[in-house]
Amino acid sequence: MATHATHAHAHAHAHAPVKRYSGILDWLTTVDHKKIGILYLFAGLFFFLVGGIEAILIRIQLISPMNDLIPADTFNELITMHGTTMIFFAAMPIIFGLMNAVVPLQIGARDVAFPFLNALGFWTFFFGGLLFNISWFIGTVPDMGWTSYVPLAGPDYNSGVGVDYYVLGLQISGIGSLLGGINFMATIINMRAPGMTFMRMPMFSWATFITSIMIVFAFPALTVGLVALMFDRLFQANFFDVNAGGNTVIWEHIFWLFGHPEVYILIIPGFGIISEVVSVFAKKRLFGYSSMIFSMVLIAFLGFMVWAHHMFTTGLGPVANALFSIATMLIAVPTGVKIFNWLLTLWGGSIRFTTPALFAIGFIPTFVMGGVTGVMLASAPADYQYHDSYFVVAHFHYVIVGGLLQGLFAGIHFWWPKMFGRMLNDTLGKWTFWTFYIGFHLTFFVQHFLGLLGMPRRVFTYLPHQGFDTMNLISTIGAILMGVGTVILVINMIQSWTKPKGVANDPWEDGRTLEWTISSPPPEYNFKQLPLVRAYDVWWKEKMDGNREVPPAEPVGPIHMPSPSILPFVMSVGLFVAGFGFMYKLHWLAIAGIGVTLVCMAVRSLFDDHGFHIDPEEEVHA
Amino acid sequence: MSAHQHAEGHLPHEPEKATLEGRNKVLGFWIFLGAEVVLFGTLFATFIALRHRVEDGPDPAHLFELPMIFAATMILLTSSLMSVFAVQAMHRHNVKALIAWLYPTVLLGLSFLVLEIYEFTHYVHEGHRMNTSAFSSAFYTLVGFHGAHVAFGILWISLLIGQLYKKGLTVVTAPKVYVSMIYWHFIDVVWVFIFSVVYLMQKVG
Amino acid sequence: MKRILPLFAGFALLLSACGREDLSALNPQGPVAKQQFDLMVIAITIMSIVVVVVFSLSIYVLFRFRRRKGDKSIPKQVEGNHTLEIIWTVIPIVLLIILGIPTVQTVFSQAKDYSDDPNAIQVKVTSYLYWWEFEYPQYGIKTAQELVVPTDKKIMFELTAGDVKHSFWIPAIGGKIDTNPGMTNRYYLEFPKEGVYRGKCAELCGPSHALMDFKAKSVSPESFDKWVEAMKAPAVMPADPAIAEAFQAKCLSCHAVGDQGGSAGPNLTGIGSRQTIAGILYNSDVVADPQKEDKTTEENIKEWVKDTQKIKPGNLMPSASDLGLTQEELDGIAKYLAEYKLDY
Repeated sequence: MATHATHAHAHAHAHAPVKRYSGILDWLTTVDHKKIGILYLFAGLFFFLVGGIEAILIRIQLISPMNDLIPADTFNELITMHGTTMIFFAAMPIIFGLMNAVVPLQIGARDVAFPFLNALGFWTFFFGGLLFNISWFIGTVPDMGWTSYVPLAGPDYNSGVGVDYYVLGLQISGIGSLLGGINFMATIINMRAPGMTFMRMPMFSWATFITSIMIVFAFPALTVGLVALMFDRLFQANFFDVNAGGNTVIWEHIFWLFGHPEVYILIIPGFGIISEVVSVFAKKRLFGYSSMIFSMVLIAFLGFMVWAHHMFTTGLGPVANALFSIATMLIAVPTGVKIFNWLLTLWGGSIRFTTPALFAIGFIPTFVMGGVTGVMLASAPADYQYHDSYFVVAHFHYVIVGGLLQGLFAGIHFWWPKMFGRMLNDTLGKWTFWTFYIGFHLTFFVQHFLGLLGMPRRVFTYLPHQGFDTMNLISTIGAILMGVGTVILVINMIQSWTKPKGVANDPWEDGRTLEWTISSPPPEYNFKQLPLVRAYDVWWKEKMDGNREVPPAEPVGPIHMPSPSILPFVMSVGLFVAGFGFMYKLHWLAIAGIGVTLVCMAVRSLFDDHGFHIDPEEEVHA
Repeated sequence: MSAHQHAEGHLPHEPEKATLEGRNKVLGFWIFLGAEVVLFGTLFATFIALRHRVEDGPDPAHLFELPMIFAATMILLTSSLMSVFAVQAMHRHNVKALIAWLYPTVLLGLSFLVLEIYEFTHYVHEGHRMNTSAFSSAFYTLVGFHGAHVAFGILWISLLIGQLYKKGLTVVTAPKVYVSMIYWHFIDVVWVFIFSVVYLMQKVG
Repeated sequence: MKRILPLFAGFALLLSACGREDLSALNPQGPVAKQQFDLMVIAITIMSIVVVVVFSLSIYVLFRFRRRKGDKSIPKQVEGNHTLEIIWTVIPIVLLIILGIPTVQTVFSQAKDYSDDPNAIQVKVTSYLYWWEFEYPQYGIKTAQELVVPTDKKIMFELTAGDVKHSFWIPAIGGKIDTNPGMTNRYYLEFPKEGVYRGKCAELCGPSHALMDFKAKSVSPESFDKWVEAMKAPAVMPADPAIAEAFQAKCLSCHAVGDQGGSAGPNLTGIGSRQTIAGILYNSDVVADPQKEDKTTEENIKEWVKDTQKIKPGNLMPSASDLGLTQEELDGIAKYLAEYKLDY
């Protein structure tokens, strides 16, 4: 990384001396996508561990019938916190982390379109997650499930502040997600390097683009739902109060209007990662590139049309149930297309079983199993049996954990050297893979049968003699094994920092895309000269043509960088404080918090950031 | 990022799009408006679903005074027209005219807001409150959200007027102005829908 | 590979235990559950084809094209294949049509409304925290926790929730339908085989969501008629006047027996004939397969009333001490209720 001794280079237009920070202040004020990516990754991993502990407690409670380790109300808190934390504060941030770390490099850009908003996105996510998890220590813990159905989540049946932590935590971090979506959309549209047409863009960047579009159109629905719930709880509104004309099913519609696209927001980046990893470690171009893109677009589009398959048993009527069944089944088609294209990429290739490759290869059959149960669930009358039973729990863990999380593990191992200049240990990586993979299948495969045998979900215990006991035991053992795998991963990460930095630009040797053409980690400005892109799989093409570099698209010159700023951090603290103000009905505190945020916005508008310049010729590389 | 051009002397024809930052801001804002469409769309859908649940509250057909709402509509539409002239002035690089058109934009917006506050106060006296019924909750949330957007826009444009005085029209201030004008038009379009769906439709039943 | 092991273990479990006859969706005991099970079979069959194809392809590819040691060759870079894309788009569509048609047919057939059918039994279901009320408007009777139905008729349910959202599920008989406050859902089931089936609540409703079990008892038509008559009979009060007084004062404000009492809590008429107390305490003197931990009806009632929060945390019934019930009164009431049986 560039040293902080670099000062503004003498330039025709004089700028004020550059403020460069070091240590903690550097991390608090950074607007650099690479650092923000690292922040997202570690915050996400931290919350992943929190969610994981919650999961293990859940499974230990369910290890035997009528177990009394965890009381009923605490159990409901655990499942609520586990689900919400994993989806919003673990999976999404890790996804954003990889997007930040990789996409600007893949498209040949020096940063994202809005570096300041990028930082703001991170800090709002972080403080939203913090607010949510503080409920474990202050006040009451949310206990109504991550889906927060009313009236259980309403003021009449949930009078503590638990639900408010959920509402406000998600509202604040939702701002971050929306900002991230807007940012990556604009970045990919406007800032691709010369020669990089859309159809030459790498798959992970395409996946990021499509995911960002989904985020922009899905999150505002959640915003409205949370506002309505918040108004019901804090201002005696009546959206969901049936005694005053409200309607509880509306919550379900609004929530799932967001919630279904959300799960595609989760998986599509995973698809992008698998495409990258499979291609590199088979040493083969991705089979069916345009089909792969088209299928992702179709999945994203259809993803907005199927929300009511979460509501088949709500009583919407046969016409709705039939239509949504068909629409849901249709999504299997583009998904299947992707699976076959990955397999055909591997076909005829030269497959190297590195850790990222193992995770990507593990993804394929596991995600197929999850997708297959998805088709089963799509058939509404069958779903009348599956819904709200352990069958559904099995399905979504297969696609989110067996699918997305394996994709994220593949991506983390794959891009780790690019982000940190060190490799993760491959032997430890393989141990991580096998323990996690076996543990995963043990945990969740049996749950399909538990559901079909009559075990509902979100139950803190179960009666004996129903045929549930053995399978629950197996499931718990699997969970512990997954915990072991996670610990090994953490050890692997820690040990990687004990080694000195010093990894090649292209440490996997078979890199195909632009990020592997610059140093590991990259210089602060990414590219000394923006590259000229001549083909898809740009770096591979240059390598095959015998070139040692990608041709530049511009001369060497001073590079303009955005200035760091403490404002994103302060704004997020303002929102965090406002959150407390709202939930504890301290209106002055709420106003003060919002006020801080608004003042920061005004400051940002009034005091323009002219940035600073780095002269790459004068720079001392670390 | 490569060295950006500073505006010295000549301003390009569309100064808001002259720099990468400017183009990014305009594009990013359009994308943000896409999100806002979904936001208001969801609010509208909720309102429509709950619009007959008046319970013990006053009958909206009698509560809503269409002439005043019509006047407010005209005020907001005129305000939007003023902003169109403002952007035209900006494209002619005429800072003075630009600022001159921004003043009535803001003032008319403020008048709209004052009328709306008066309207809400009146409703509260008539017994139509946030907590009266599902209809009233949906009403205040939808129309209130719009009003909050108007208020934010007023503050924002006022701040921009100040910046134009201090910094003049540059490739840095132009995108800010342009983006705020798009925002202002958006608010106006949303109001047209509110006027139709909330007020007119309720009168018709 | 090692992941095959848990898969085989799972299949073995599947084959060995299609589950309890009174509880499993894989062991349908009524036509609605059977239709739903048939859809499951179609789905899993066509999906197995997909799984087998993908798994075999994967295994073949991973073995055949693994990189041999020292091999630095560059494989042929293939852009794609139009024909294959069409094949693996069209075949899945065909498979989905095979599932889609019976799905739509079943959606409509299972949505039939028999509310106006004179041959159907109408049952109004109201779900509460944490119990189930069943009202039979055709007969003017109300019961709770144990739904009694004849084998020869369609049972048309009209369901709503009395507080938060719950979901009504008898897996062996049919899929579930949610109960929503302020709204009514309609759903029918048939119970052609005599027996006692387990019902579950299937929507998170609070701490005791897991303990909100109910029973559905399917009996012969003659037996059902006798049950209805027995339910209509006037209340049988405790013989001992002191117990009767305690019962009246401390229980009948919320509960009802026969024609006497309130409706805030479960109806207690004939509670001595029921399989469980509070849905989860199995009555060893009533159930067909008592387990060693099960107690008698009388003991269960005492255990329940003594400390309701211990049995079902968060439920709304006061405990004995809250009600001011002495041990004597509790013993007497428990004995009376345990002996309050219906002859059918």
